[in-house]
Amino acid sequence: MSASSLDTFVSALDTQDVPCERTTRSSFVETLETHIRGPTVGVPLGDLGVELSETDVTVDPTPAQLKAAHTGVTPASFAIADYGSVVIPDSSDGAELVSLFVNRHVVVVEAEDIVPEMEAAFARFGEQFRTHLDSGIIATGPSATADMGDLVFGAHGPKEVHVIILEPTDE
Amino acid sequence: MSDAEELRHLMATEGDAISLNTKGFNRGRYDSVSRLDDYDELKDKARAIKEDAIERLPELIDQLEETIAENGGTLYIADDEDDANEYIREVVADREAERVVKSKSMTSEEIEVNEALEADGVEVVETDLGEWVLQVADEAPSHIVAPAIHKSRDAIAELFNERFDLDEPLETAEELTQFAREQLGELIEDAQVGMTGANFVTADTGTMALVTSEGNARKTVAATDTQIAVAGVEKVVPTVEDMQPFVELIGRSGTGQDITAYLSLLTPPVGTPNVDFGDDETPLSELDADRDFHLVLIDNGRMAMREDDDLRETLYCIRCSACSNSCANFQQVGGHAFGGETYSGGIATGWEAGIEGLDTAAEFNDLCTGCSRCVDACPVKIDIPWINTVVRDRINGEKEGQFDFLVDGLTPDEEDTSPSLQKRFFGNFETVAKVGSALAPASNWLANTTVSRQAMQRVLGVDARRELPKFTRETLVEWFADRETAVRNPDRRAVLYPDLYTNHVQVERGKAAVRVLEALNIDVVVPKVASSGRAPLSQGMVSTARDHAERVSAALLPHIEDGRDVVVIEPSDLAMFHREYKRLLDQSTHESLAGNSYEVMEYVYGLLENGASVDILTPAMGERVAYHSHCQQRTLGLEGHTTAVLERCGYDVLTSDVECCGMAGSFGYKSDYYDVSVAVGNDLRDQFTDADASDRTVVASGTSCLEQLDDLLERPTRHPIQLLAGDRR
Repeated sequence: MSASSLDTFVSALDTQDVPCERTTRSSFVETLETHIRGPTVGVPLGDLGVELSETDVTVDPTPAQLKAAHTGVTPASFAIADYGSVVIPDSSDGAELVSLFVNRHVVVVEAEDIVPEMEAAFARFGEQFRTHLDSGIIATGPSATADMGDLVFGAHGPKEVHVIILEPTDE
Repeated sequence: MSDAEELRHLMATEGDAISLNTKGFNRGRYDSVSRLDDYDELKDKARAIKEDAIERLPELIDQLEETIAENGGTLYIADDEDDANEYIREVVADREAERVVKSKSMTSEEIEVNEALEADGVEVVETDLGEWVLQVADEAPSHIVAPAIHKSRDAIAELFNERFDLDEPLETAEELTQFAREQLGELIEDAQVGMTGANFVTADTGTMALVTSEGNARKTVAATDTQIAVAGVEKVVPTVEDMQPFVELIGRSGTGQDITAYLSLLTPPVGTPNVDFGDDETPLSELDADRDFHLVLIDNGRMAMREDDDLRETLYCIRCSACSNSCANFQQVGGHAFGGETYSGGIATGWEAGIEGLDTAAEFNDLCTGCSRCVDACPVKIDIPWINTVVRDRINGEKEGQFDFLVDGLTPDEEDTSPSLQKRFFGNFETVAKVGSALAPASNWLANTTVSRQAMQRVLGVDARRELPKFTRETLVEWFADRETAVRNPDRRAVLYPDLYTNHVQVERGKAAVRVLEALNIDVVVPKVASSGRAPLSQGMVSTARDHAERVSAALLPHIEDGRDVVVIEPSDLAMFHREYKRLLDQSTHESLAGNSYEVMEYVYGLLENGASVDILTPAMGERVAYHSHCQQRTLGLEGHTTAVLERCGYDVLTSDVECCGMAGSFGYKSDYYDVSVAVGNDLRDQFTDADASDRTVVASGTSCLEQLDDLLERPTRHPIQLLAGDRR
């Protein structure tokens, strides 16, 4: 990640009106709490070096808890700077479900994991998919539709997306 | 209902919503692609990938079949609709599914899978909100990307309030969306089978891309344990990396979004846990992800299209809808008129001709005027007007002309097929013009008598409301032949191409061009040359057009070899030389002609850039003009030269920003299309009669544009070259 990719990502999120916050691992829990509303479910963020255990988030929920939740917290595999997109993994812990069947999706991404553009993203997908047969969702802003005569957010998926970027502590 | 009545009905009932939405998408496209640094590179890359993939399609399908089997899914290649439906019904029956939830897919519309499944007692639910509205209303899609684009918010509210037992009437888009989300959410959660399309499928990993904004495709896949993806065989690309240019182009080209909210890249069977939303005990991580995946790739005529040199490009289509949104006619009438059984818009002719047959394509094919605005809009650079022309030619071949005995002796065309009498009339307009000039002014008087106009409307379908061109007795070529040139030591030498209209009708613009060029010290000749073949080509009379092309090149090439530049006034003819002649002539003849031909204002621009003094031209003291460039001229990237030259001469120039004037050759003359033509033209009229434009002198580059503007405006119109000529004799 270059400093410019981070800046590009932040300003791309801004043009989509997606609130974004840059934080460090030590301040993560505090930051996260300002973004969650209502019953909240999440998937473990261990790979990112932060824990949800100290928060009110129900980690690894049951399907019924997921259905009742207002907010969902998931990691992003990586982000694409110039589109302001995050990549949601299709993992066995249910990140796809937790990011989709809620009204508010809070997504956490590491600053190191922001690639500059789509070409770099697809180079990464190519390598990853050929090795692991993975899937991924490139998500950009909230779910949207204009089918009902005007632009409305929250068609089938979340109405709001909040992005938390984890930066190295020593910066 | 006659075609004209049906079009009027659709314009009255659906036109406003269609117009608002398509124009919005189209403006969005311009904004969005303008933010790309490498738009043209991306288009070239996308085109190259599609060319390669279609070339290697059988090999890629074999590779994909292996890949999907290794991944644990099944690939089924279906020959046609019935084959596909039979397979899908078996999968659904094996799963003992009571409900199939679907994410929008044009290919599933093509095979009418809903009807097939419903016949087995399976409930089929469309989850795309627009598609669901149509399912509730029992209507067909009118647009490839936004199927319910023809319905306004009020109409949807009325529909829901009528169909569902509601406590409170729904009103706002927010309320309607929320209602649909709740209704559909429950239906999706309890469904067993999820059916999706696939925008792209990669042979190397079996990854499929689904492009959506609502998230319904994601839910359809995640909430069911059996996924059936239905796609045409042409969707296969070699590698994951190959999807990148398409991903960047598809949303921008279609709805003008830089990217849609969700782009699912699924390598099924996906790893997301299978959920039963009533389960309050098992955490997600302990649920299994046993999923069944079937990819049904449908041929349905596509492999034959691949072998067809003219239809092959259709397979490059990525279903973005840019051709519909940029089409001035589509903007007025929408896909219920401009479309077949499944596909709509410019590219629909190719699809319907390939998968349904010529009969279906014939129903709407004439709505393409060949203006070529869609060519630049298309992210894979498909020559859509050419496909429409070829299909028109084939349709001509299928129809028996009713009046052949009348016209065979009179029309010198090269058609073995039997175009309609109307098509042969417009296609042989060169003969009409020759006779018209020879007999002018009597011919003009005769043609405009009430009796003639009624007869022309009845027999030829020439609308009596449209003023006919007035032929001049002396043609441009005749005028020039009697003239002494004043140029002694020319800077360059040129041949001015006497196109059909300039030679017989718009002779003044031809004279102005000669005078301006001579003033700029160009030695000009105006020889007798055949008409370009644009008129027969527009009617789908390809062999006649080829005959014209051969005669034109035979007449002009010696001049080119002699060191002359070819200067063309009529943009639609210049476009013939540059674009269509590529298909009609051998490569070197085409390259020689296209490489040495210039639009007249482009040529003047070039002379000024190379040192000619602008002072020679008639100066304007800030005179205000309103300029409409020709659609094909804009496709060639030649709009700016006229503006630049006029501005250098001191004009204050306002340019039109509408896609097309709505005339496009003979289109506005035809009774069936006169109303559409005027409706399209109204945008241009509105712009040129508003406060900033109403006092401006109107200039336009193309003959048809000038004719349309004459009909729409109450002030005279001219070709820009006539401004430069001023009073020069």
